[in-house]
Amino acid sequence: MSGVGAVLAKTKAQGRAALVGYLPVGFPDVQSSIDAMVAMVESGVDIVEIGVPYTDPLMDGPVIAHAADVALQNGTRLSDVFTAVRAVADAGAPALVMTYWNPVLRYGVERFADDLAKAGGAGLITPDLIPDEAAEWMAAAERNCLDHVFLVAPSSTPARLRSTTSACSGFVYAASSMGVTGVRRTVGDAAQVLVTRTRLVSDLPICVGLGVSTGAQAAQVAGFADGVIVGSALVRCLSDAGTRGEGLTALRKLSVDLAAGVRNGR
Amino acid sequence: MNNQSRTDAAGAPVGRFGAYGGRYVPEALMAALEQLDEARLKAKVDPAFQGELERLHRTYTGRPSIITEVAQFAEHAGGARILLKREDLNHTGSHKLNNVLGQALLTKRMGKTRIIAETGAGQHGVASATAAALMGLECVVYMGTKDTQRQALNVARMRLLGAEVIPVSHGSATLKDAINEAMRDWVTNVETTHYVLGTVTGPHPFPEMVRDFQRIIGVEARAQVLDLVGRLPDVVCACVGGGSNAMGIFHRFIDDQSVRLIGLEAGGEGVDTDQHAARFSTGFPGVLHGAFTYVLQDEDGQTLQSHSISAGLDYPSVGPEHSFLRDTGRAEYRPITDIQAMDAFSLLCRTEGIIPAIESAHALAGALEIGRELGPSAVILVNLSGRGDKDVDTAARWFGLLDEGSQLDGLEHQ
Ligand SMILES: Cc1ncc(COP(=O)(O)O)c(C=O)c1O
Repeated sequence: MSGVGAVLAKTKAQGRAALVGYLPVGFPDVQSSIDAMVAMVESGVDIVEIGVPYTDPLMDGPVIAHAADVALQNGTRLSDVFTAVRAVADAGAPALVMTYWNPVLRYGVERFADDLAKAGGAGLITPDLIPDEAAEWMAAAERNCLDHVFLVAPSSTPARLRSTTSACSGFVYAASSMGVTGVRRTVGDAAQVLVTRTRLVSDLPICVGLGVSTGAQAAQVAGFADGVIVGSALVRCLSDAGTRGEGLTALRKLSVDLAAGVRNGR
Repeated sequence: MNNQSRTDAAGAPVGRFGAYGGRYVPEALMAALEQLDEARLKAKVDPAFQGELERLHRTYTGRPSIITEVAQFAEHAGGARILLKREDLNHTGSHKLNNVLGQALLTKRMGKTRIIAETGAGQHGVASATAAALMGLECVVYMGTKDTQRQALNVARMRLLGAEVIPVSHGSATLKDAINEAMRDWVTNVETTHYVLGTVTGPHPFPEMVRDFQRIIGVEARAQVLDLVGRLPDVVCACVGGGSNAMGIFHRFIDDQSVRLIGLEAGGEGVDTDQHAARFSTGFPGVLHGAFTYVLQDEDGQTLQSHSISAGLDYPSVGPEHSFLRDTGRAEYRPITDIQAMDAFSLLCRTEGIIPAIESAHALAGALEIGRELGPSAVILVNLSGRGDKDVDTAARWFGLLDEGSQLDGLEHQ
């Protein structure tokens, strides 16, 4: 079983949902982002999603898009992602890289898979790569025992839910509402409906993302999902802070709150 | 990259031109893309749809567009014969309406009530606002702030037509970022909204569908040239931003092996600088905006900013079918610098009394270059994709035509 699979099996045995925390590499700078990822793990995040900053993040709202801009402006490179992966793995959490496709394509799909595995990475989440276009990546992932996580959406047809989930490993990423990443005040019914529809066609764990920002929302989602994915709200801890230290403190506090939330869902 | 799981009845990959094309999009858009593909394939063979589009083109767009031989301009092209396909005379002033009317009709067929569009030069935005007004659709246009400034006239036109124009200030604040923003809108509002993509790129079926709606340019022009000259042209020239006017005029000629197809890209300040949009000179295959195609990118796969004096060519990627035509050698692509384009712009104004769009001036500059290479026996067909009214500000500044202290509307931001 993959690192991600093992964590999800463990949290299931504990009768709770897993907490998946997203941060982009290089925001506000490479070392601070890595410190922040490790702090999340220390504060109860079960799986870390490491974002690759990209010039054209068309699935992302303003918070994450801004963080990517800053990361690129201060010279963050693709190679920094492997450093972050190693740090997260050493801190004891599976490190899943979340990336738009072109950086991987340019690096070389095989080479990326090899280097990710060497760094101790758990796999990839690919927001703009659907399984239909992913044969090369899936083969490289299998060879390296990496997970390939794809997304399903409320608009996915039954046929696509079936084909996409059957191409996933580790878990299925359910994008809870239509739209880009960002903090939302309410987690709509769409998420629960999507999870129900997905369970009909797949036995894999289902993690729900897009919009969760508080412990209370995490608890709500943990009531029906196997994992709760939080991104923009964590990034905002770092972008709203006056100093690096304050950012880390806010991040730890939110992680603890969310970690309590995923334990209160059932 | 050759891992398409979807094939047609003959086993050929769907939505690919050789290795290029595909669908690199969020899953959230897949249902809409499949719905669109089904609707456009049905419409393609539906006499009612084709009849309605044909009627609109005849009574609204002003098709067929004429061809004009420009002998005085051609004196500067080694004496070759130069024929202009006058897409500038279409309603709204460019080829963009050909595609927009088709997609607006499809929007209604799919039961959607809102269209969104990206625009660079503003011509696609104006065409979309126009079609929305005609067909009673809500219309939102995304446009980079660099472009809202240099194409201010078109921003006002869109607003007059009842569209909402949303300026996009992040990234390079040009066409690329307008497409990102339109995609974000589409992912959020896909139930009610159709994204009227303005060129032959994006995820399948856009490259094929937009080409099919633009193909009428080449179909008309081929017959018109045969009629006027008695033979096929030696060369067809078109500027290439995303590539829709070029695919539109090229496509009918692809099987005519004697006809050279030449696309002119924006060479900006020169392909040896970092200020250009010459994807085929310095780009590398990759993914941008849903398609696998040539992209200006760095070694980490980050998109590089493009530059061109022409907003419509200022785009770091290009339609996937052009990448295929380039790799197979069926078409050639050359860069044209800002200076070459503006010289050709001025020459056409003064020798023929036609003010071209700066985009189209790149095709004219290409024709001048190729005419000099081929000599007086050559017949060159040029797609004059748009008219230059929108570019009067830019041209007046370039040529220093403004009196001290005077100001054209819209220049105050620059
Ligand atoms: C007049 C004109 N020509 C050409 C273009 C470039 O687009 P394409 O390459 O899709 O024809 C534009 C785009 O805005 C335009 O307005």
